[in-house]
Amino acid sequence: MKRLATAFAIATLLAFGMQAAWSQSPTLKAVQDRGELVCGSNGQLAGFGMPDPQGNWTGFDVDFCRAIAAAIFNDPTKVKFVPLTAANRFTALQSGEVDVLSRNTTWTMSRDTTLGVDFAAVNYYDGQGFMVRKALKVSSALELNGASVCVQQGTTTELNLADYFRSNNMSLKTVTFATLDEALKAYDSSRCDAFTTDSSGLYGSRLLLSNPSDNIVLPEIISKEPLSPAVRQGDDSWEDIVRWTHYAMVDAEELGVTKNNVDGQLKSPNPEIRRLLGVEEQFGQSLGLSNDWAYRIIKFVGNYGESFERNVGQGSPLKIARGLNALWTKGGLQYGLPIR
Amino acid sequence: MADRVRVPARNTRYLGSLAFQVALLLIVGGLAYAAVVNAAQNLAHANIATGFGFWNNTAGFDISQTLIHYSASTSTFGRAFWVGLLNTLFVSGIGIVLATILGFVVGIARLSRNWLVACLAGGYVELVRNVPLLLQLLFWYNAVLKSLPELQGSIALPGGGFLNNRGLFLPRPEFGPGFGAVVIALLVGVVAALLLRSWARGRQARSGRRTRIFWAAVGLIGGLPLVAFVLAGLPLSFHFPALGRFNVTGGIEVLPEFAALLIALTVYTAAFIAEVVRAGVLAVPAGQTEAAQALGLRSATTLRLIVVPQALRVIIPPLTSQYLNLIKNSSLAVAIGYPDLVQIFTGTVLNITGQAVEVVAITMAVYLTISLVISLSMNIYGRATAVVER
Repeated sequence: MKRLATAFAIATLLAFGMQAAWSQSPTLKAVQDRGELVCGSNGQLAGFGMPDPQGNWTGFDVDFCRAIAAAIFNDPTKVKFVPLTAANRFTALQSGEVDVLSRNTTWTMSRDTTLGVDFAAVNYYDGQGFMVRKALKVSSALELNGASVCVQQGTTTELNLADYFRSNNMSLKTVTFATLDEALKAYDSSRCDAFTTDSSGLYGSRLLLSNPSDNIVLPEIISKEPLSPAVRQGDDSWEDIVRWTHYAMVDAEELGVTKNNVDGQLKSPNPEIRRLLGVEEQFGQSLGLSNDWAYRIIKFVGNYGESFERNVGQGSPLKIARGLNALWTKGGLQYGLPIR
Repeated sequence: MADRVRVPARNTRYLGSLAFQVALLLIVGGLAYAAVVNAAQNLAHANIATGFGFWNNTAGFDISQTLIHYSASTSTFGRAFWVGLLNTLFVSGIGIVLATILGFVVGIARLSRNWLVACLAGGYVELVRNVPLLLQLLFWYNAVLKSLPELQGSIALPGGGFLNNRGLFLPRPEFGPGFGAVVIALLVGVVAALLLRSWARGRQARSGRRTRIFWAAVGLIGGLPLVAFVLAGLPLSFHFPALGRFNVTGGIEVLPEFAALLIALTVYTAAFIAEVVRAGVLAVPAGQTEAAQALGLRSATTLRLIVVPQALRVIIPPLTSQYLNLIKNSSLAVAIGYPDLVQIFTGTVLNITGQAVEVVAITMAVYLTISLVISLSMNIYGRATAVVER
């Protein structure tokens, strides 16, 4: 009898202990108490994160935060966006000023291991490229020997640039600016021959030039830039929420669940869709959220492909091809992890 | 007579104030210690790397202006720090000299009896002093960049230089083996000129007769090195800049970012220095000038011997503040891409290493050191010009 009581006590403890481990994400609790998610994003990058003339934030990285807010609050507008520069983004995340950093940030080993941040999932496979004026009559980055290049400081871009020129035995003059905006303006006023950033950013930046059509993006991609949202280390449950927000969006695209048909898909017989939308089993609860978390994401923001096309793809002025960001079934790298 | 005034014992008061000071010191020290320990714990808790180990790691990024040898592939973060520090000192040092000259000219001009000159100087001071420096910096940067031609339309300067929106490119002097003799001759000339001056002064003090030594001094300072230069076989050649496809190569390069920052700092600080100078001159009682004129001194001599030495006493302390401001303001370089200490160190290095606490602490310590050194030397100079009580 005594043994039974002990076993019961342990079981109770385990159960409540487990319960505590599931739902007690301090970040989630803080977000819920506050009533809004604070999302660090880029304020200057067309297609990824930028307020429109009415002050509404739009973009691919912005959508990702809206998806998290939808999953938590059933309301994608409960997000406060904080514009961050490349230079202050990690400090803002480390110090708790933002709950999640969704700002075209490259996942590198040193950032992962020494900055006290964790990367959730690669939501955009990018690479660094160059933009030059057509009048320069350059068709390859390898012809840029001796060129001046405008670049934003504090980025992997700045390091890749030096590496690329060095490994190709070319000389280089970098002109470094604190923000992408300033670097772009200097390029626009002919201070530099070339402008470099992640190729996704190049297309967005080109639209901001005084004569976009006078500039071309060179074909070379000189680096791997896996862009990923990041969270503070030490709150694994919160990281799970951010990670699975991404995978829910990719899974939805793989399964053909879209913003428009998601209500109808609730009645789908497909068990994968039923698990995704929370019709079967309790995956939302294991995240500390409601069971229809993924339904909310898709209902308010859409699946991965929809967000991509709307912000940076064919539905946007940027017209970036899916490329590496196509689903794995279509030759890309986006691969939704199984929800089960 | 009942209320006797109680005088507290002297050492009681002394002990009380001592106890208060010790307590204050303990509180401040304790707070500082708690802050450091707390920061260290938080950093460790958040898995953020700490320590100064990054100092010797390879930097890997390029810098547009380096006064000492620096290469992205081999130099360390520590080297990048020195490059940034030198760039800060370089622009601040030249800025201080130019701002002082311009400030004195404008300050004196504002006191001029010529209405137009005084008005122009006053307008300059009021305009420049009341617009934020950052805006002025951006204005100068864009004014410099936009007004200069592109590379293909470079302005060729007489003597083999180029001017375009990539910068100003001048021939670089290359000193031959015998050039040391010229430097020695220059030093000899300067010393001889100084000796000549002290001889002339002594003579004037003894006999009241003045000796004109100006041309003799010019001959010593300018002529001696020239003779040495010719005798050594003209040991000087120039490395001329050449127009390339993308850039000008060779020669001395003056970046437009540097020019814009220097102009902005000079123009802005000079306005404040002008006011300091004006205040200093006005602080000298008019009776001093009148007395000097009564003695028959000319107005230039009055200014040089009577007014300026007394004005300097008033000018030095606020002038020091302006120098310190200029150095600190040079960190606005970050807005236009001039690679100063803040841009390189708290910008790029901080971001690559992620060690905000260490990097910011080092940078603050550096600015503090520079400022204290300037303060100290200005105080020494101020003491030298102070009134000597007899």
